[in-house]
Amino acid sequence: MDHQHVTPQTQKTTKKKNKKKSPKGVQQQQQQCSDSQVVHDSECSEPQATQGQYVTSKEQPDHDIIRQVPEQQQPAAKGNKDQSQSAENTGQSNKNPTTPPADDPANKEALQQSRAQKKLRKQQRKAGGGQTEGTQQQQLGQQQQHNTQSHGHGKSDHHAKSQGNLVANIDTPVVQKSKVELKAERRAKQEAQRAAKSAEQGKGGKKGDVGMLAGSAAVPKRVPDQVRADEEKVQKKLARKLEKQQVPQRISAQKKVKLFMHLHQYEKTTSPTQGILINGSMHPAMLRLGLQYAEGFIQGSNARCIALLYALKQVFSDYSTPPHKELARELDAKIKPYITFLNQCRPLSVSMGNAIKYLKMLITNMPPELSDDEAKKKLNKAIDTYYLEKIQLAGTAISNFAIQKITDGDVILVYACSSLIQKVLCAAKDKNKRFQVIVVDSRPKLEGKEMLRRLVKHGITCSYVLINAISYIMPEVSKVILGAHALLANGYVMSRCGSSQITLMAKSYNVPVLVCCETYKFCERVQTDSFVSNELGDPDDLVRIDYNKAPLADWREKKYLSLLNLVYDVTPPDFVNVVITEVGMIPCTSVPVVLRVKNVEAN
Amino acid sequence: MPASDQNSVELEEKVEELNNKLKTGGFTGSYDIANSTLRLLRKVIAGSKWNNARELMDRVKSVGKLIVASQRSETSVGNMVRRVLKLIREEYARCRGNPEGGDVQSESLHRMFTDNAKTEDYSVPILNVDFKAVVIEAVNEILIELENSADNIAMQALEHIHSDEVIMTAGRSRTVEKFLKQAARKRRFQVIVVECAPFYHGQELAWSLADAQIDTTVITDSAVFAIMSRVNKVIIGTHSVMANGGLKSINGSHTIALAAKYHSVPMIVCASMFKLSPVYLCSSDQAAFNKFVSPHSVLDFADEEGMPHLTSTDC
Repeated sequence: MDHQHVTPQTQKTTKKKNKKKSPKGVQQQQQQCSDSQVVHDSECSEPQATQGQYVTSKEQPDHDIIRQVPEQQQPAAKGNKDQSQSAENTGQSNKNPTTPPADDPANKEALQQSRAQKKLRKQQRKAGGGQTEGTQQQQLGQQQQHNTQSHGHGKSDHHAKSQGNLVANIDTPVVQKSKVELKAERRAKQEAQRAAKSAEQGKGGKKGDVGMLAGSAAVPKRVPDQVRADEEKVQKKLARKLEKQQVPQRISAQKKVKLFMHLHQYEKTTSPTQGILINGSMHPAMLRLGLQYAEGFIQGSNARCIALLYALKQVFSDYSTPPHKELARELDAKIKPYITFLNQCRPLSVSMGNAIKYLKMLITNMPPELSDDEAKKKLNKAIDTYYLEKIQLAGTAISNFAIQKITDGDVILVYACSSLIQKVLCAAKDKNKRFQVIVVDSRPKLEGKEMLRRLVKHGITCSYVLINAISYIMPEVSKVILGAHALLANGYVMSRCGSSQITLMAKSYNVPVLVCCETYKFCERVQTDSFVSNELGDPDDLVRIDYNKAPLADWREKKYLSLLNLVYDVTPPDFVNVVITEVGMIPCTSVPVVLRVKNVEAN
Repeated sequence: MPASDQNSVELEEKVEELNNKLKTGGFTGSYDIANSTLRLLRKVIAGSKWNNARELMDRVKSVGKLIVASQRSETSVGNMVRRVLKLIREEYARCRGNPEGGDVQSESLHRMFTDNAKTEDYSVPILNVDFKAVVIEAVNEILIELENSADNIAMQALEHIHSDEVIMTAGRSRTVEKFLKQAARKRRFQVIVVECAPFYHGQELAWSLADAQIDTTVITDSAVFAIMSRVNKVIIGTHSVMANGGLKSINGSHTIALAAKYHSVPMIVCASMFKLSPVYLCSSDQAAFNKFVSPHSVLDFADEEGMPHLTSTDC
């Protein structure tokens, strides 16, 4: 929570600095903002980016506040005016109109006004003046009030007019006042704005910081664009962004399932690289990677992440900073269209998202005094360490933990294909444990066949069933070991579609469920069902059946028929007994703890 | 003599034919099996020689045993045989002029234990009435009831489906298909069909429902739990209903039922009367109640190169 309190203030102050400096700073912030769109699953963990986006891209808050000031100013100002009128009548001008019935910030403004008046009086005493002091001061006070208002209302106008000729007599003090008092006025204005905003938010009481905190509380959490495919505005914005970054846009699917209108789905008829310009700025390694994702040659969260790291290494090694530019900004800007392109080919996985976030942080924190070569070396080393620590060694640690849980005579059930689970089982076999494996598979990907091939090659006795048969096979199973695509902050496990059914059946037969997942796949997103955020696969995959039967061959012609190919689903934490990570064996609900510890370490 | 011999030979041929068809899985559903069994039994009643009810019942029992033995998992055969036997007893009792006979009361437990009196022999030949014709007429009635069962169930569709519902169904059940189509005449609702690999009956059902202008979505078997949170009702057909109310139905129904229970979604089963069976089977006795087919539709033999330690199951 402290994290959140700190960033809006810094963001706001930096914004103000940028405003005064140059448009460049603003642009940088805009870049940061659009980054947050790409790294879809890390919205929660980047409040500063979202804050920045809200503040800079629209730049409305100031306008809003300015518009709000006059309404709010009225009661305070009126209060002041009344009291100053009464002061005039009684002829006691030295008393500050310091206790109007308005809020404390309004008080502050009044205080400053009175201080300004005192200073002026001092000067006038030096200059010399008689009994007209009182009236002059009151007139000045009123004129000051008049100045601080953007536009007049009723009474103040009347006052200004009635005092108009008197004001004209005191030219020089007015000039002096403007030099000295402009600053006070400006300060008063800012205070008034803050006051107005806090009053608007209905959070009175505290001074000073109230304005900022109220501002941060009022900023709504930005919903990621991938779950807003049904909004026209969002689609147009995406189209503009793609055009700007020279990334070809894919055609949206014509026949979408009603339940999933909010998710993106693309037609597979055209290749995603069809619209790419030959002399465009897309690195060939990225093009290849994107195509591999789109065609499904690289599957599995670990594999996709490793391929991405490798491609980024190539990009970095080919990169050279143009003269008079900073590597931090340039490289960041260079990577953005690549990430957008990859996202268009296939929505980024959580593992990829976390890796990109990590690398971006490194790039933006790259000290500017490093030469190009040194910076590139540093980045390469960072990528290698990331792969080694987070993926490879983590996998070894997990298999060491998991092997303790496998005993002789076990019948282990696994689902679809997970590189980590395969590592675990092969390691267990190497340790001469005697066990059998049942591989459960499902359409349309039929990844279980690949898992089957690998396990049998390693000499493990396997059986193979389709997912309908799990109620038949479950009485014979002693434990279920599953892999995961991501672990969400509320303990839900996001994995291949069908794993939730397996855990459900396992629970009903009292079979323990173990989930193996590296910590770099932990994500701060929260979801309770598989609808709000998911990936929609190609519906034509459902039509293709191995032998010559294809009852749904012309499904597009049927108006009332649609096909749904879900890729992921979420499993509730009460079905999972233990999660095996490289930091140990933890229950599902400990995911936010691990995330918090990781955040602290990163900072 | 030659006529009756020929008759009995024909009958035996017919019985053999039915047995073979059962063994090779030539029937497409339990309705067809029940239908064929009834017709065969009708022929047996009409064609074989018997003097009294006892002989008739013995004949029917022997044929019944033969048919049941060829496919133990098809309970509708046994159901039909039992139905016919009951029918014979009732008609016998009625023809004998016994007012109580044929009532359910006569078979109540209480009467069985307290009344030490008449244990019916059924061996008295009935002469005043053409017993054969009576029995055959009764069998015809059962046949008509059987043929209309799906329609009778479909008549009740509007009571169970309201507007804008999302209904999940699995596989292809004739009864459920009629049920949904009947409701679709008056109400608009969505149907989500589970495709049920490896036979993909669900896909055929979806095609047929889309023809009837029902909003249909086809999902894979793996998406059942994911989709269940948005489903209002689950309506499935079944192969048979067991004595304790349990179901023996298409592969995957257990998963659907568990998912429905987790999400508190009501589950409706449409089943005709002939599917109710007094048998009680539990899933640990898979050999008795399950049917296994070749796994080639799951994992082709061609894929098996270099995979010696492989067993594939398809049930």
